[in-house]
Amino acid sequence: MIFGLPIGFTAPWVLVALIALPVLWLILRAIPPAPIRRRFPGVVLLLGLTDEDTVTDRTPWWLLLLRMLAVAAVIVGLAGPILNPQTREAGSGPLLILMDGSWASAPDWDARRDMVTALLDEAARDGRVTAVQRLSAPEPLLFLQADAWKSRMAGVVPMAWAADAAVMAAFAETLDAADEFDTVWLSDGVTREGREDLLAALQDKGAVRVVQTGRGAMALMPPGYEDGKLVMTAQRSEVVLAQEVTALAIGTDPGGAEQVLASLPLVFEAGAQSSENALVLPSELRARLTRFEIAGVRSAGAVALSDDSLRRREVALIAGREDREGLQLLSPLHYLRQALVPTADVIEGALTDILPANPDVIVLADVAVLSEGETAAMIDWLENGGLLLRFAGPRLAASEISRTEEDPLLPVRLRAGGRSVGGAMSWGEPKSLAPFDVESPFYGLAVPDEVTVTAQVMAQPDPTLAERVIASLSDGTPLVTRKAVGQGQVVLMHVTANAEWSGLPLSGLFVQMLDRLAVLSAVGEEAEARLAGTIWQPLKVMDGFGRLQDAQTLPGVSGEVLAEGRAGPDVRPGLYRAGEQVLAVHVLDAEAELAPATWPVSVPVEGLRGAVSTDLSGYFLAAALVILALDVVASLFVSGRLWGARVAVIALALMVPASEGFAQEAALTSAHTREMVLGHVRTGNREVDDIALAGLRGLSNVLYFRTSVEPEDPVTVDLETDELAFYPFLYWPITPDQPSPSREAYAKLNAYLRSGGMILFDTRDSDVARFGASSPTGRKLQKLAAGLDIPPLDPLPEDHVLTRTFYLLQDFPGRYMSRDVWVEAAPADAEKIEGMPFRNLNDGVTPVVIGGNDWGAAWAVDTRGNTLFPVGRGRAGERQRELAYRFGINLIMHVLTGNYKSDQVHVPALLDRLGQ
Amino acid sequence: MSAAPYLRSQAEAEAASLPPLLAHAEHLAGTVLLGEHGRRRAGMGDDFWQYRPVQPGDSLRHIDWRRSAKSDAQFVRQREWQVAQSVMMWVDTAPSMLFASEKDTPQKADRARLLALALAILLIRSGERVGLTGTELPPRRGELQIMRLAEVFLRNDADGEIPDYGTPESRAMLPHARAVFISDFMGDFETVQMALTKAADRGVMGACLQILDPAEEDFPYKGRAVFESMGGSVSHDTKKADDLKVRYLERLAERQAALKDLCRTTGWLYGHHSTGQSAQSALLWLHQALERRA
Repeated sequence: MIFGLPIGFTAPWVLVALIALPVLWLILRAIPPAPIRRRFPGVVLLLGLTDEDTVTDRTPWWLLLLRMLAVAAVIVGLAGPILNPQTREAGSGPLLILMDGSWASAPDWDARRDMVTALLDEAARDGRVTAVQRLSAPEPLLFLQADAWKSRMAGVVPMAWAADAAVMAAFAETLDAADEFDTVWLSDGVTREGREDLLAALQDKGAVRVVQTGRGAMALMPPGYEDGKLVMTAQRSEVVLAQEVTALAIGTDPGGAEQVLASLPLVFEAGAQSSENALVLPSELRARLTRFEIAGVRSAGAVALSDDSLRRREVALIAGREDREGLQLLSPLHYLRQALVPTADVIEGALTDILPANPDVIVLADVAVLSEGETAAMIDWLENGGLLLRFAGPRLAASEISRTEEDPLLPVRLRAGGRSVGGAMSWGEPKSLAPFDVESPFYGLAVPDEVTVTAQVMAQPDPTLAERVIASLSDGTPLVTRKAVGQGQVVLMHVTANAEWSGLPLSGLFVQMLDRLAVLSAVGEEAEARLAGTIWQPLKVMDGFGRLQDAQTLPGVSGEVLAEGRAGPDVRPGLYRAGEQVLAVHVLDAEAELAPATWPVSVPVEGLRGAVSTDLSGYFLAAALVILALDVVASLFVSGRLWGARVAVIALALMVPASEGFAQEAALTSAHTREMVLGHVRTGNREVDDIALAGLRGLSNVLYFRTSVEPEDPVTVDLETDELAFYPFLYWPITPDQPSPSREAYAKLNAYLRSGGMILFDTRDSDVARFGASSPTGRKLQKLAAGLDIPPLDPLPEDHVLTRTFYLLQDFPGRYMSRDVWVEAAPADAEKIEGMPFRNLNDGVTPVVIGGNDWGAAWAVDTRGNTLFPVGRGRAGERQRELAYRFGINLIMHVLTGNYKSDQVHVPALLDRLGQ
Repeated sequence: MSAAPYLRSQAEAEAASLPPLLAHAEHLAGTVLLGEHGRRRAGMGDDFWQYRPVQPGDSLRHIDWRRSAKSDAQFVRQREWQVAQSVMMWVDTAPSMLFASEKDTPQKADRARLLALALAILLIRSGERVGLTGTELPPRRGELQIMRLAEVFLRNDADGEIPDYGTPESRAMLPHARAVFISDFMGDFETVQMALTKAADRGVMGACLQILDPAEEDFPYKGRAVFESMGGSVSHDTKKADDLKVRYLERLAERQAALKDLCRTTGWLYGHHSTGQSAQSALLWLHQALERRA
């Protein structure tokens, strides 16, 4: 360290040479600048003249200073300055490099890896054997040559979880067998349980040194849902400074591509450990959410995945009996509403109104009969994945529905009348629930004793009955039955939705059952109970950097383990699926708190050295060179030799690159405004572009020879950068792989089309394909044209003005001869007047002409006027090329003159020509 | 190997440089020829000059009877005086004449040759005999002499040590001829003095044209410099060239005044030309200087 700066020198004694600088100053001052030798015949007249001023012409002080600086820079550069010098003594014995390897170390993983590499280099120099260990994925200690570890470093990546106390304890135990070693611990800066014990174990073995960043870790907590708002919480471990980060809500757009749907600022006050902000998203957007992440933080901790808990299911409630007004507790829907409102969007209304809203779930409480139309609509909805949850009740029991034949909207056939047990007029006791079967979706839920059933509707025994029962009473009679309809399902609770027939709606089990049926989208308090007995298949898991990876090959995880909510090697953070439900496991569970790691005073803690000892001598020597170059100019200036040409050269060298582009562009554009120029759209395919340009060259030539249109050389138009207004006509050959224009380019194109420009689209494939999406270029054309303001199209009608703007034509061949040429459709009211050869059509120019005849190739000529591509065979081919040129001329005439030739004035002459 | 290729390339090089100089000189001479007239004196010659009344002493043979018949008096037909004058030129070719301060100003030697040749063309066209001082190319008449002069001017006879400054060649001067000295007159003043007095002794009169480079007239130098003559034989070291300017210009004026004095006493004309100016004015001056009535 020199003067408190983190600079050291490899050869500090060289700096002694700086003492010589003042001496050098004096010497340089004494020596005048070198004389200029001049040839001068008049010298004879000078002979004998003496200088009046005997003092030498001194070098100016600033030039001296410049030279001093150069010399000083050389001296300092040679002394080998080093930024952040390593002053540590070389160690000996084995070295353990211990990395936390958690999600929290992912953001600066590169720096950590550099650090480890530097440590390995150092160890290699000192001849120490080393071991690199990640606590998040501990392996048996393996001390190897440092170089061996260096080659393995590429595979050492952070994990999406952090080591817990158990892992650390297990690792500490494996240390006992090892010999003495020193440890460098690259900590992620987050406090963890069990770390002290491990530290003690390590200190038993040798010196421990801790390296951690001052930046701390930042994590996004699982998103919550309160009062219709998404609540995002972020935590950080270093709390000193105020900080603002942005949380991005990322989801899929309707096309399936990933997109940022919303962003949300999260502001940490100085000293605040967490920050919270709420986000209101329309439910449509909410349904498309896939994850949240903190912008710019590359860590699994900064990603919060979205699962069912954020999806609010839409549940429609329909009750059959609403005649007992005022008796709210007896309402069949009361308990359902209570259970659903906190976690789902409840809609109520008539079935015909509800079905178009396509709710996720429809609950029919004691509704017996639906009309035929309603039934059909309901079956449609079910087939598309709806869930119909029906509750029994007096009406259902009394109705004749599903007696002899199974109703499509009921899972089982029902016996008439139902039964009641344990009532005042019956014998037996009220029945309790039987434990849930392993196959049942309710498996794992605890059955409380107090839930009893006094009345139920009875299912008729059927061959399919056994497999449709998912819950039954203690006497084996079905309580809940289910059947699949298409992608959806119908579930029947054989009791009422209120407390009339059973105590079930009063118990917590009711809510849990609804949850298991995926009626609820809730999570929450009783996660353990909810998840008990289920097996969850990992869908996608995160790596340490927060990237989602496919996880179909990982084994399933039982609900109990998931319920602990602690991420680890067995429960990787990510998305898990069981049946219809999707659950996200986050790096941090909702209760976790980030706190900075604290280390005992005995352990030296260092920052992560970003740039480990930079050698500065190169910079100093380069600076010396630059100063010397300046000195050349300055010396020239002082001695009066910096004049004329040299100054001009330097000034020119500085000025030239700046101004060229503008001039060229302006010149080009102004040339295009003077004369008419044909243009083609750049496709990015060199060959196609060349052909298009050559084609337009051929067409321009023909126009020049035959008509009064005298175009300049054609140009290639770049939709993104060029102004289109100068080109009345654009030829756009389609290639399957050309990029779609940007939004701005589309805006330009639309303005161009609306203001009278014409684009000739050419799919160049009518030898093999017809108009439409049957070919790759056709499909590309559809994609390209989707953003364009194109009117309805028609095949080119026989009386279209294009058939007679210059030549009388009926075919429009290019290199191929297809009649599929499409133009703007004629207005519906265009009528043919008796005796006239054509209809009185609309004014204006068709903005697009679409075909696939590869006109460009037919027109194409090289600079000497030779055709480039054969068309057809022999004389017939030449005729076809001629017709192609005529079509081109007609097209340009149409662009330039509009519907002039539609004018009825021309009718007699045209009739004459047509031979009528 | 034969010397033929060498000869050939030499010849081509010579031929290549000859036409430009000739063309330049012709061009320059053309600008002066326009509007010039003959001797404007009666004398020996082919062209008619005037009729004058017969005076006593005129031979009867000289009477122009055709003219005399038109009047009572008799007239003698006089022809224009066309005696050929010999003009000898000395063009300084010493290294000091090769100086040119800027890229676009010609060397003094170039300008001197051009002026000399153009003058020769003018003189030969008007029937004078033109040659060089010394014995190399005595004055002759005829177009061929122009070619000979051009050839001598362009000859590159840099054999042996050439002194930096030229000395006027005053040998073999024809008595009562005319002479033209073109030089920068930077060399030893004594030699100039000797040459001119020798010429005056022989009745030779003429003109001295001092050709200087603009840099020699202005001395635009600054800073520390070592000035060297073209051959490097003389050098002068200064620490502040700008200090010398005034004194240099004084000395230059002194030398010019001395030259002018010398010319006056010997009956010569002194002219002064800068290579920064056009050659035409200098040629005009030279031409008129030689027109002077002897």
